[in-house]
Amino acid sequence: MTTTTTPPADRVDRVDVSAKPRRVRTGSVIGSTGLYLATGIAAILFLIPFYLIVRNAFMTDPEITGEEWKWFPTDIQWGNISEPFDDPSVDFARSLWNSAVVGVLHTVGTLLVCSLAGYGLARIPYKHANKVFYAVLGTLMVPTAVTFVPSFVLVSSLGWIDTYRGLIIPGLFSGFTCFLFRQYFLGFPKELEEAARVDGLGYMGAYWRVVVPNSLNFFAAMATITFISGWNSFLWPLVIGQDPSAWTVQIALSNYTTGQTVNFHLIFMATAISILPLVFVFLFLQRWLVQGIAQTGIKG
Amino acid sequence: MSTITKDGVSSPAPALASPAKPRRGLRGSPTFNFWLFTGPFLIGLAIFVYLPILWSLYLSFFEARFTVTPSEFIGLDNYVTMLTDEDFIGSLGTFTVFAALIVPLTWATSLGLALMVNRLRFMRAFFRSVFFLPTAVSYVAASLIWKMSIFNGVRFGLANTFLGIFGIDNTAWLASPDPPWYWLLIVTVRLWLQAGFYMILFIAALQNIPQEMYEAASIDGAKPGWQTFWHITLPQLRATSTAVILLLLVAAYQGFDEFFNLLNKTTWGRPPLVELYYKALGESQDYGAGSAGALILTVLICLVTLLQGKIMGFGRGEESK
Repeated sequence: MTTTTTPPADRVDRVDVSAKPRRVRTGSVIGSTGLYLATGIAAILFLIPFYLIVRNAFMTDPEITGEEWKWFPTDIQWGNISEPFDDPSVDFARSLWNSAVVGVLHTVGTLLVCSLAGYGLARIPYKHANKVFYAVLGTLMVPTAVTFVPSFVLVSSLGWIDTYRGLIIPGLFSGFTCFLFRQYFLGFPKELEEAARVDGLGYMGAYWRVVVPNSLNFFAAMATITFISGWNSFLWPLVIGQDPSAWTVQIALSNYTTGQTVNFHLIFMATAISILPLVFVFLFLQRWLVQGIAQTGIKG
Repeated sequence: MSTITKDGVSSPAPALASPAKPRRGLRGSPTFNFWLFTGPFLIGLAIFVYLPILWSLYLSFFEARFTVTPSEFIGLDNYVTMLTDEDFIGSLGTFTVFAALIVPLTWATSLGLALMVNRLRFMRAFFRSVFFLPTAVSYVAASLIWKMSIFNGVRFGLANTFLGIFGIDNTAWLASPDPPWYWLLIVTVRLWLQAGFYMILFIAALQNIPQEMYEAASIDGAKPGWQTFWHITLPQLRATSTAVILLLLVAAYQGFDEFFNLLNKTTWGRPPLVELYYKALGESQDYGAGSAGALILTVLICLVTLLQGKIMGFGRGEESK
């Protein structure tokens, strides 16, 4: 599927979505005040949930549930930070660790496997490459979410329930990521590889020494997108993590709601901690993320 | 998603010019290298994508409760069971309502945000980041905020506190299917999480509209504002809009996380995936019927995807070029 959002590949690394557009001047003072007012109100609405997480995470429960609505905690409860980790009912530290392991390995694995395949499909001349490509395209038709029942059946027969293998490996083979890499490599300048081949490098050598180092921007974009979706995924970890020791942080969060006592500040502190790594990833890699989305025009 | 080549998806990559120093033997052969590059991925695809689909096709013709190696062949019974199952048919109805609400709303919101951000002169990057930030939040975390803080059914929830100012009694947002207040939560939570992502797509598309068109329009006497938006911006965004709507539709089809976490264990407001989850992995562990249901959903989504391929061409030409 196509959108017209894409600049040619050779320019893509320099797309800056925040660049000032050329536009016809409509500049009346009233118009621009109204515009900023509308944007400001929308921004406040979008930030309310973030504000609530932080507010509730640093309050005491009586303050949260009190008669009077309080905008800020009377005393910032720094002690709340350690509470999710001391909670006997959910091993929160373990779940964070599981999420970190799964997130990193999922990202590294997906990028490795899918980028190699994408390159092979885009660049290596082979009689039946098209047939292979259609076999990959066919899987785009079937969203992974819909096939979780048979996938669960398969993974449980392999004995991978409650293992990292079960959490990570089935998700590595994303037809979609492979497709995006193929599209990217189709636009990669041939001259570079040809020079490498003349110097006597094979396909693999040229790939690792020339193609990958020159594609780091695209890899960074794909890594960011893949990590975020891995960290936030819910359905598959829910199916695989039967035992609490195999829970990811999303499953742990989900379980707080079914606990016996509702402990508001603990739940919101845990939520805040679970979002924190992504906010960091987001702040540092936003440029690539925006570029990646603008370029690929899909994922989510 | 878009092609970044002129040749489009269906044409094979042209062969490389033969290298100056051809490597001898297997390691230099293109065919060997092709399989070396694609092999690991294709093996994984066969095992973890194709095999499960085939296996569930097999399971769907058997009586398979609590076992994945069934022996009793029952033909199409599982399909009949699912297609006459009120809950399953009802879940398709739930999806229809959900899609009818979320798709146009997200489309309009993300387009509106893109138009606003695109016209700003100062603090552009800041506002873009604000709208984009929820993209990093998980459905589970967002559901918790919605359920326990914003739309908490008791007095101290934000929405009830706000409505209380106007003397409106507390509303129990999630307590009952009638009135269906839960849709307000389901729709707004996804709207908040998704809108920024699609806004980025629209901003990129807006910046691709040639400036000359606006200049030509103003020479023709079109007033900036609604007129240019209606006659230039909107038609120019057609390809992006189509893509966004289809993406939203496929994403809505897979709605699971927010329903599961907002409505846990209720018998109402279940979309297809939640229904399947309880059917196949719940008390009954009916893998046969579950597989049949999964295949019915897969066929439905294939139809949607094919339709989408028809409308847009799979990564093929860009309509507006």
